[in-house]
Amino acid sequence: MSVSRKTSADVRFLQGNEVCAEAAIYAGLRFFAGYPITPSTEIAERLSDGLPRIGGRFIQMEDEIGSLCAVIGASLTGAKAMTATSGPGFSLMQEAIGFAIMAEIPCVIIDVQRGGPSTGLPTRAAQGDVMQARWGTHGDHAIIALTASNHQDLFRVVVDAFNFSEVFRSPVVLLLDEVLGHMREKIRMPAPGEIELTERLTTSVPGGVDYHPYFPREDGRLPMSDFGGVHRYNVTGLVHDMWGFPSDRPDVANDLIHHLVNKVENRAESLLRYREYHLEDADIVLVSYGSAARSALHIMENRRSVGTRIGLLELQTLWPFPEELVRQKCRNARFVIVVEMNMGQIVREVKAAVENPQRVFLANRVDGTMITPTDIKNVMRIIEGKGV
Amino acid sequence: MPVTGFLRTRFMPHIWCPGCGHGIVLGALLRAVERMELDRNNVVMVSGIGCSSRIEGYADFHTLHTLHGRALAFATGVKLARPELTILVPMGDGDALAIGGNHFIHAARRNIDLTAIIMNNQIYGMTGGQSSPMTGCGEYATTAPSGNLESPFDAVELARAAGATFVARSTAYHAQELSRILERAIKHKGFSVVEVLSQCPTYYGRKNGKGDAVEMMKWYRDNTVSASAAEDGEGKTRVGVFLDIDKPEYTASYAAKAAGAVRVER
Repeated sequence: MSVSRKTSADVRFLQGNEVCAEAAIYAGLRFFAGYPITPSTEIAERLSDGLPRIGGRFIQMEDEIGSLCAVIGASLTGAKAMTATSGPGFSLMQEAIGFAIMAEIPCVIIDVQRGGPSTGLPTRAAQGDVMQARWGTHGDHAIIALTASNHQDLFRVVVDAFNFSEVFRSPVVLLLDEVLGHMREKIRMPAPGEIELTERLTTSVPGGVDYHPYFPREDGRLPMSDFGGVHRYNVTGLVHDMWGFPSDRPDVANDLIHHLVNKVENRAESLLRYREYHLEDADIVLVSYGSAARSALHIMENRRSVGTRIGLLELQTLWPFPEELVRQKCRNARFVIVVEMNMGQIVREVKAAVENPQRVFLANRVDGTMITPTDIKNVMRIIEGKGV
Repeated sequence: MPVTGFLRTRFMPHIWCPGCGHGIVLGALLRAVERMELDRNNVVMVSGIGCSSRIEGYADFHTLHTLHGRALAFATGVKLARPELTILVPMGDGDALAIGGNHFIHAARRNIDLTAIIMNNQIYGMTGGQSSPMTGCGEYATTAPSGNLESPFDAVELARAAGATFVARSTAYHAQELSRILERAIKHKGFSVVEVLSQCPTYYGRKNGKGDAVEMMKWYRDNTVSASAAEDGEGKTRVGVFLDIDKPEYTASYAAKAAGAVRVER
């Protein structure tokens, strides 16, 4: 066998969906339940083969509702667990997302977005689920949602999603889109140990001593005990006390809802992931995320080369929305353009965050095709009064 | 251990109405677990939503009170992740067969080793007496004020057709037989279904002139006939074990398949 490569780096040419499967296994995934849906299906296909080889479990459920329910059940036994879907399936999962939030069960949900509403454009690109990720399930709650624009970052963000789900005992949503999911791109696979993994925090309370599954430590974290272990306790989607037993006492309900929101909102900084390009002197700031950020990056580099003071803020953490970061990075901008493939979901958050919301504009596309650098350039020309 | 040792008395009094049959089902179930000498740390009870599904809060196992209709889907995840655990899945009739009907037939089709207990009171009790998929044709409910137009499922036939490998029916009147049936169902390797007629004097009984709890239980006594009895049982409900067969169980098949999967470097 001839070896000509000088490096031992594991470089591959993968689809985004394949990256998700590989990164999830790297992060410790041991259970996947899902239902076929374009454009996410390759994640399930790859894991149906990969998980049994490493002692993990894969199951194709009867629908997306059951998929996330099975994931939550598996997580309660101590397994890192995940599902993957697209918009219509994500809609069906909202019920169980609420359960995972209320019962504080770690899990990861990958939503490879397509065009919508309804069945929409199954094989086309869109970013229409940003608000569904935030508010899709009923009731007051916090949520963690991440995204990325390239496969190298995607790998890292998938691992982040698993780590965050354990730290916060929360479902974490990963918002991909059809372009990212299906595009093939070079990726250097991180070596084992290169990215730190967060394992489940389990209780040190010995058997026979009362364990309070829903009594937060001083740092807000709740150590878990696996089903099948020495602590038998109750888990419910009802408002519950520190035993996990249903309660309708106003003080219990008030404390629980505040805990569920504050545990994420108060530690939002630790969840912040983003990239920035040339923001130090930018008087035009592009704000984008996911595959749309690729076009934003392209037009930014293009205009920089002719002297335009333009920069890009690429968000990887969408929820909790990084208000303070956006406010600071947009402070000196003459105008801000939010680039996204929907009718304007993150642009609302940007307007709410910045000091001059009237200077925030939207460059978007909702026809199922990827937004292009020219689309963004045209918006810039209109803002500057030059016409398209 | 006395059967009361399996109860979480800390969380009592329970929520059930006087005369409700669900407590009898809980008692029969706990006596079965006691006879089997199961380690409580190896038992998981997964329930849905409704009067019946509050049963798990009072039992000292690992307990998971889930979403309406979804108990079997959650239970599938627990079982597949930890096949050595014994999983009990008590559900209501609307819970298991209306909103949860899809999960029910697919759990049966997979023949996954869960014990599904359908506590059938023929009504939605917790929401105040609406018709369920087990309410009889012509019977009354708050959403069937002039009589129910629909026909109920036969849960036994449904379970059998969907692929369950242990299927039985009992009633809250037949508490001792019920307990023995539940023991067999738990021991059975595969998807077991036990339908238990459980009286709801508060809603179903009152709406349909069935009398109080005692009268309803007498009705169960007088209007049931053994599944294996030769008599034709005209107009009566058959109770007992209808099916008890061996077929490959899902998690066992999974383990066998996974053992053959060789790790290959891609």
